[in-house]
Amino acid sequence: MADATAWLHPLPGATRLSFCGDEAAQDAAAAALGLPSSAMPCRAVSVGGRASLWLGPEERLLLAPLNERAQLLASLEAGLAGHAHSLVDISQRQLAFELRGPNASLLLNAQCPLDLALEAFPVDMCTRTVYAKSEIVLWRTAADRFHVEVWRSFSDYVLTLLHAVARELSARP
Amino acid sequence: MMAWRAAHGGRVDRSRPIEFSFDGRSYRGLAGDTLASALLANGVHLLGRSFKYHRPRGLLSAGSEEPNALVTVARDAARSAPNLRATQVEIYDGLRAHSQNRWPSLAWDLGSVSNWLAPLFPAGFYYKTFMWPRFAWHRWYEPRIRAAAGLGRAPVGADPDGYAQRFAHCDVLVIGAGAAGLAAAAAAARSGARVILCDEQAEMGGGLLDEPAAKIDGVNSAAWLKATIGQLGLQANVTLLPRTTAFGYFPHNMLGLCERLSDHLDAPPPDLPRERLWQVRAREVVLASGAIERPLVFPGNDRPGVMLASAARSYLNRYGVRVGSRAVVLAGSDAAYAAALDLQVGGVAVSAIADVRPEPSAPALAAARTAGIRVIQGATVLATAGRLRIRNVTLGTVRPGGTIGRGEILACDALLMSGGFTPSIHLHSQSRGKLLWREAERFFVPGATAERERSAGAARGLDGLGAALEDGTQAGLAAAAACGFRGSATPPLVATNELSSRGAPGALPQPGHAAPAKAFVDWQNDVTSRDLELAMREGFSSIEHIKRYTTTGMATDQGKTSGLNALGIVAHGSARAVPEVGLTTFRMPYTPVSFGVLAGYDRGQQFDPVRRTPMHDWASARGAVFEDVGMWKRARYFPQGAEDMHAAVARECRSVRGACGLFDASTLGKIEVVGPGATEFMNRMYVNNWTSLAPGRARYGVLLRDDGFIYDDGVVARLADDRYHVTTTTGGAARVLQLMEDYRQSEWPELKVWLTSTTEQWAVIAVQGPRARDVIAPLVAGVDLSAGALAHMSVARGTICGAPLLLFRVSFSGELGFEINVPADNGTAVWEAVYAAGQSHGITPYGTEAMHVLRAEKGFIIVGQDTDGTVTPDDVGLAWAIGKAKPDFLGKRSLARPAMRAPGRKQLVGLLSVDRSRLLEEGAQVVANAGQTPPMQIIGHVTSAYASPTLGHPIALAMVADGRARVGQTLFVPMPGGDIAVEVTSPVFYDREGAHLNG
Repeated sequence: MADATAWLHPLPGATRLSFCGDEAAQDAAAAALGLPSSAMPCRAVSVGGRASLWLGPEERLLLAPLNERAQLLASLEAGLAGHAHSLVDISQRQLAFELRGPNASLLLNAQCPLDLALEAFPVDMCTRTVYAKSEIVLWRTAADRFHVEVWRSFSDYVLTLLHAVARELSARP
Repeated sequence: MMAWRAAHGGRVDRSRPIEFSFDGRSYRGLAGDTLASALLANGVHLLGRSFKYHRPRGLLSAGSEEPNALVTVARDAARSAPNLRATQVEIYDGLRAHSQNRWPSLAWDLGSVSNWLAPLFPAGFYYKTFMWPRFAWHRWYEPRIRAAAGLGRAPVGADPDGYAQRFAHCDVLVIGAGAAGLAAAAAAARSGARVILCDEQAEMGGGLLDEPAAKIDGVNSAAWLKATIGQLGLQANVTLLPRTTAFGYFPHNMLGLCERLSDHLDAPPPDLPRERLWQVRAREVVLASGAIERPLVFPGNDRPGVMLASAARSYLNRYGVRVGSRAVVLAGSDAAYAAALDLQVGGVAVSAIADVRPEPSAPALAAARTAGIRVIQGATVLATAGRLRIRNVTLGTVRPGGTIGRGEILACDALLMSGGFTPSIHLHSQSRGKLLWREAERFFVPGATAERERSAGAARGLDGLGAALEDGTQAGLAAAAACGFRGSATPPLVATNELSSRGAPGALPQPGHAAPAKAFVDWQNDVTSRDLELAMREGFSSIEHIKRYTTTGMATDQGKTSGLNALGIVAHGSARAVPEVGLTTFRMPYTPVSFGVLAGYDRGQQFDPVRRTPMHDWASARGAVFEDVGMWKRARYFPQGAEDMHAAVARECRSVRGACGLFDASTLGKIEVVGPGATEFMNRMYVNNWTSLAPGRARYGVLLRDDGFIYDDGVVARLADDRYHVTTTTGGAARVLQLMEDYRQSEWPELKVWLTSTTEQWAVIAVQGPRARDVIAPLVAGVDLSAGALAHMSVARGTICGAPLLLFRVSFSGELGFEINVPADNGTAVWEAVYAAGQSHGITPYGTEAMHVLRAEKGFIIVGQDTDGTVTPDDVGLAWAIGKAKPDFLGKRSLARPAMRAPGRKQLVGLLSVDRSRLLEEGAQVVANAGQTPPMQIIGHVTSAYASPTLGHPIALAMVADGRARVGQTLFVPMPGGDIAVEVTSPVFYDREGAHLNG
């Protein structure tokens, strides 16, 4: 980007699982993934390359490196035996990019209505929200860094818009 | 050559001259000028023609309340903005501005003939004059009124500028950066709150910019402003937004702000947007929007040169411009004296202060006496003269007892009036805050609030700089405290002998009973006090009715200068108190907002997301013609050589029926329904019985709304005991998932079931035709493709080209068919592999148009084309799909209503023209007898119609009353060229036994 106050780069393909279940199932899934159990709304827990993003009381988005997919599914199915749950592979439903830099939240706030101040949207906070007319999942991974998940057919729209906003922010009178 | 520029003073930059033009004539101004101040500096007072009477008009004000000086500023044909207030347009080198509402020129406006015809154009003239003859309204009156009326012209070209938008949150939003607003922002910011301070002017400071003599905290106002704004600008928790108008107050403290970014630049950088819309969610709002001076109502009060006293003061003190050489000041408040004193010092001869109050205040009189300015007490104005600029004013004297005597005629080229100040309560009122009437001051102030907001300073009727600073500080502290930020601040100290801004004379007394002609209340809408009295005489008493009848307070101005004067006249005329008359609603926007900034990024290619499938580029490279389906781009047909759509579709259909077709079905919605409660959930949602569906099998599902009408349909496969793969229509994917989630979460929370959209997880490649199995067999591993192992409506997992495969044996074409589901990343590779493998079998890619023809030949409906939201399953022959033994499903109860079973319902049938040659029109009506004349008895309509390459003649589907009982009958489709005789048939035209499907 022109004035280097925010960088956008695509993230590599990943294993993405939509996981739903009650609290006990969530705990069992966290144990199977090697993640700490957490029921805090709109917060992500992550260890190594694995992360669990709270998207609803019973819904998590599980992220892991691409090559861990088979292993992940196996250990989850084993750990979840006896727990009512839903596990659906959505690895290719969406793609992800990272937005980094002091202007990252300004770029997002052009079309995302949330309060992205650090006090209001701290590191590790995550949520399903919108960017203009597209649904996104937003996860703050550092003070000046966001992980953005977007459905693949909406990605052109979101990225084109982000570039337009970046151009406009770098224009000086 | 700026004859009217004072030798010194003002905040303009005298070292930076700026060339601009107005109505084609070149002028020179200074950096810091508005178009209004620059024109005044050149002695130009005539800036526009009035809306109704085309009367010559000049500047009334110096701010955003300006009702007269509406101009068009054009950079080029596409960049032309009408109705800009000259008082707000900042000049830049090369600016080209034009006056409005005149032809052929501003000085000789032929439209002003309507000024002579004024008696024909009283209030409500639209309703009265043009009633007869009736036909003349559309042909004659309306086109001419529309041509004559209107404010400015919309640009012709597409807007080439960019418009930005931003969402922002803050603890305290302060609107208005005058004394009160700056004090509020400073106090709130010091408490630690996140503060946004916005102001509509280019420079922050508000009314303080007009008060160079004021001393605050021991320094002059300019130094105080510089220090205060500079300090705010350094604080990380403060955002300063000059040139930003808060135009709308929406529920829950959401405010709309329009920031003007590039209109003031002579050469804006290409990527800089013209404006930015801020949608601010504020925890607390401080409205420091100030007050607007009220005009006085007297005959001829609209001549160029008649101006608000505060405006004359602003032009002199802020812009260094004298509004004339000889002024008469009409005082309805002491503020007029302050203006007179400043003007006299600034080199304008003040002939007299004509005070319309019987007893002017002592300090004001003393000040005038000291300055040697003559004061005429108990004055009124009987008339003014001058064609394009005021030449003189005829005063009257109000004798004890109220009779009016003729007074002297004073020559002048500026008549400055002050009728007191009206607090700007627009935003408070927009937020549904209550208003309180103050009889003593005769204005409304903000009362009980509905939102978390407070007004400060002049906006809530306080008088004077000291009070504004004190009140602003307290408001800022209180707003911050309400957000949990405790702080303290000392209000800035003011040492000055200010004159009060109080006063509210409104309409000046006139001899006789009737209201005088051409005593204007609303400059922008050309409403006079006589119009208001006429409205009252004709029986209007509510101010809301009077507003609509006379148009006072309408249009871009929204009554900023006229509102209280109109109220006062109506209250006086009907002998009621002002609160009894009521107050019209303040509507958003505060000042006009461009459509561009509201549209923002939603334009052109980015108007909506354009969704493309994984195989889109392949189709595009093969020359596919695409159509929009929802947000998706779908390949409609693949023309070869010089083929038109008809030829391409016919070829594609023949290939599917005769060999094999390849179709991208990725856009179909897909929802995975998973959990131990999945079967029960599906039983409650869809009409079908899912308990009897074995894993590995699929079924055509029908989804109703609770009213019993078809909402969506699609193939549903049971992948495991507790897992369903539900497909929906392309356009219905989102709403079906929403409907399901609504019932899952709100109605049936006890069910252990969850829903996940998998639409985009899978690329779906439909391979359809008698050779389909042969085409895919070499590529598929792990699935027995034989008819015995994988029957029609089955599903199996395996691999294809090494990719995980979910393979459906389904058909929407009526031929042997498979739908290959692979992860989206594998879509193109698998598609290409299938295409290559199919070459020897004559495989042909086909699009949605051929798909439509093929399904219509089979009588398969498309929800939303053959159904219209009033169609039950039985109406379209799908009663077989309903699980009869189920205790309940969505819509079941509605299907039992008598009307749903009554005879006469429209039913799906096929129609063939009797001569087998006529292609019917979709949407055409169906009647039982030929030769009818309107109104005909309609018994049905055509829903789908295609040329069928398979049958060799056109076919149609239609919804016809009692249609199934009419099979074999001849009906008629009336068309402009005559009735088309049609034969009613079964909707299934091809392979009624399903031999091909099950092959």
